[in-house]
Amino acid sequence: MTTVANKTLYPTEPLKSWNEAKYLRAKYYEDFLKAPERGGLRVSGSGTMYFALLGGLGKDVHTLTGEPYAATCAFYQDFSTECMEAVEKAGIARDLCGYLRNYWGGVLLDKYILTDGTVVSPWPRPDLFFTSHYCCTHAKWYQWCREAEGNLPMYGIDVPWHPFDHEPTKERLEYIVQQSLGAIEWMEKLTGRKYDDELLVEAINTEARSSYLWGETCVLNKAIPAPLDEKTMFSLYVFNTLCPHLKEVADFYERLRDEVAERVQRGIAAWPNERFRYITDSQPPWAFLHIFRHLERTYGAVSVGSVYSYGLQVNWDFDEEGSFVPAKTPEMLGVKMDTREDAVRAYVNFKLKNGILCRFYDSEVTSDQMMKIVKNWKAQAVLIHLNRGCEGTAIGQMENRLDLMKAGIPVLAFEGNMGDYREFDVQRTMSRIETFFEALGIQRIET
Amino acid sequence: MDQFTNWVDNRHEYAKEWKKRTGGKVVGCLCTYVPEEILYAADILPIRIFGGHEPSSVVEPHILGMFCPFCRDTLAQGLEGKYDYLDGIVLAQSCLHMRQTFWSWKKHVPIDFTYYLPMPHCNQAVGQNDYLRGEYVLFKEAVEKWVGQPITTEALDRGIDIMNTNRKLCKQVYEFRKARKPALTGLEAMELVLSGQMVDKREHNEVIKSWLTELPGRELKREVGTRLMIVGSEDDDREFVQMVEGKLAFPATFVVEDHCTGARYFWDELVLQEDRLLAIAARYMDRVPCPSKDWPERKRFDFIFDMAKEYKVEAAVLMQQKFCDPHELDMPSLTQAFKDHNIPTYLLEFDVTVPAGQFRIRMEAFLETLVDFV
Repeated sequence: MTTVANKTLYPTEPLKSWNEAKYLRAKYYEDFLKAPERGGLRVSGSGTMYFALLGGLGKDVHTLTGEPYAATCAFYQDFSTECMEAVEKAGIARDLCGYLRNYWGGVLLDKYILTDGTVVSPWPRPDLFFTSHYCCTHAKWYQWCREAEGNLPMYGIDVPWHPFDHEPTKERLEYIVQQSLGAIEWMEKLTGRKYDDELLVEAINTEARSSYLWGETCVLNKAIPAPLDEKTMFSLYVFNTLCPHLKEVADFYERLRDEVAERVQRGIAAWPNERFRYITDSQPPWAFLHIFRHLERTYGAVSVGSVYSYGLQVNWDFDEEGSFVPAKTPEMLGVKMDTREDAVRAYVNFKLKNGILCRFYDSEVTSDQMMKIVKNWKAQAVLIHLNRGCEGTAIGQMENRLDLMKAGIPVLAFEGNMGDYREFDVQRTMSRIETFFEALGIQRIET
Repeated sequence: MDQFTNWVDNRHEYAKEWKKRTGGKVVGCLCTYVPEEILYAADILPIRIFGGHEPSSVVEPHILGMFCPFCRDTLAQGLEGKYDYLDGIVLAQSCLHMRQTFWSWKKHVPIDFTYYLPMPHCNQAVGQNDYLRGEYVLFKEAVEKWVGQPITTEALDRGIDIMNTNRKLCKQVYEFRKARKPALTGLEAMELVLSGQMVDKREHNEVIKSWLTELPGRELKREVGTRLMIVGSEDDDREFVQMVEGKLAFPATFVVEDHCTGARYFWDELVLQEDRLLAIAARYMDRVPCPSKDWPERKRFDFIFDMAKEYKVEAAVLMQQKFCDPHELDMPSLTQAFKDHNIPTYLLEFDVTVPAGQFRIRMEAFLETLVDFV
């Protein structure tokens, strides 16, 4: 096996926004925990929820989104094991969503984990569940929770269609608009709070701004060297699935975007030995993120992103060359939001431009997205995580693989589970990836 | 009833012969949410695509092994050319699993017409019927364009009548399962409903009518034993039902079920409205739901326990198609609900093939626990 000298190719430096991201994320979970002490509301639901609709209830509404919370559980293997075993003892199928099982486990154990690994008890029971529903699991997840936690109220917005690159029909748009308006009435009645339409518009604009700014950050990662590696991006994209409608999140994304733009201008690399760029697919196995670092150190191979990290809760459009650009916000487009109905319609229209959720409805769209990212972000291969823990992102993956191969793009698929470390064979996977890289002629870096 | 068995055994031959005889088109339906009324209105024969219950590796490059055996088995049938007589396929959006069958079929199996019919994921959402009506308008237009003729209101009424007649007749047959000594076995009921998804319902209706004249005086020379209910995922495993009803040390009869190849498919009739497409939409949204659409309240459970009471069910087999997430998601609450109703349950996980030996031992053990020894 030939090797290549360990020579620094690009300057690098730590991301200044990193600590702020850590602080924000820790604060998010603590805010949820402490919401009742402050007279606030706790709302739980999917990370794909229609966040801004909560905005009109006031600024003391704190969300706990199931998927990112469960990813944190999955990172802490001991706690995750406890959760998984609690679920299995309760007779719940082991092949259900890996995130769901971590979350349900916490409910059964009456335990909640914070981002630093501290486990607290009791489980912070939400005041209500508010979710969207794209995959078979979303609303069913919270249906079980509402029963397990004492017949709690629940409202789900069904999104049966995600056009992505074309306009929805009137009926398709109105279905989601009417459900959203219904959600507002439901929340108002349930909480006894007067719904504030000005706060709703503010939340819509803020959520759209968060989406736009993260989209711009992703576009900046086209640069060679990449200013961000995907492992780092996993800790940054997440705010769009936590609370993108909050000003502190949008402001953070603005500072991050500016910092990344400055890194590009100065040629600052995420990894100093970037020799090979690849993209991934699906959520990573959260307990094994060290794989990304191993590939950087061993081969100078940097993952520059994925449909997942670029598209989750981020809305996309296309530039003249067909490459993704962040979708303009309703505010940028000058869309009138003088009434609640207008505001909700503008919001739903914007949400339907989401980059990743269309994969639930058309696998060919996802293949096309992957190919566009490979081309425009100058990646040389795709590593597909055949994610046994998420049927939503695993849907269509085998056809995506065939499409990429047909297009002449090197692709490796490996099985794993984002949320259940017991279903991931790290040694075997590393061996497969190394064989794949070596077959592509990528040399190891001398140590 | 031999005719139903014959149709199930020779489903492909039937469809080919039907095409030859009528010159019509045959469309394969993935999932029971396809509005067959619209297809009948266009003089198309809708048939449901089933698996072959034989191990196959052809599907491996197309659908990951963690997806349900039914979606993989049905795709395998398409890739192997078993349904090469189909002129079209339609998927009415249900679970994620079946979508993959549709996508891969569309891509790799030559076929004239394909249609992905979006529909609500929820049976309790604001505006669901109006939305679905809008999807039916687009679907109807696509079918009209394909067949080259408009679908009139009269034609829709014909389609509705064919479907509703079939539903009514099946329900009449099911009345005979309520008796202390049911006039038909669970296997016969399964073949009744399965064959209805495989042949022209006008012919099916005639055979049911004829059977209905025999059923009042029909006495089966077998012991009824424990009155069982099957609840769960798609189930066309005749081998299992036959084994439980005829080959175990303890007698048992399946007297009713809740799955999409049984009562759930036909139970709810369409209520006519001025706007025919809206009426069809209302029927498919109000029907006994698949768990994937049953939220935030659990409407399916009401149906299950009403049926359990009406059919005097003594125990239930919870039939879980491996990796079928919608049913897995309902299973913990469903099991508890059965406990609350004092009905013992036994969970079995089904795959492409039935492990007959294992299931025989397990079902005998389960039935033994239900027997009162004096």
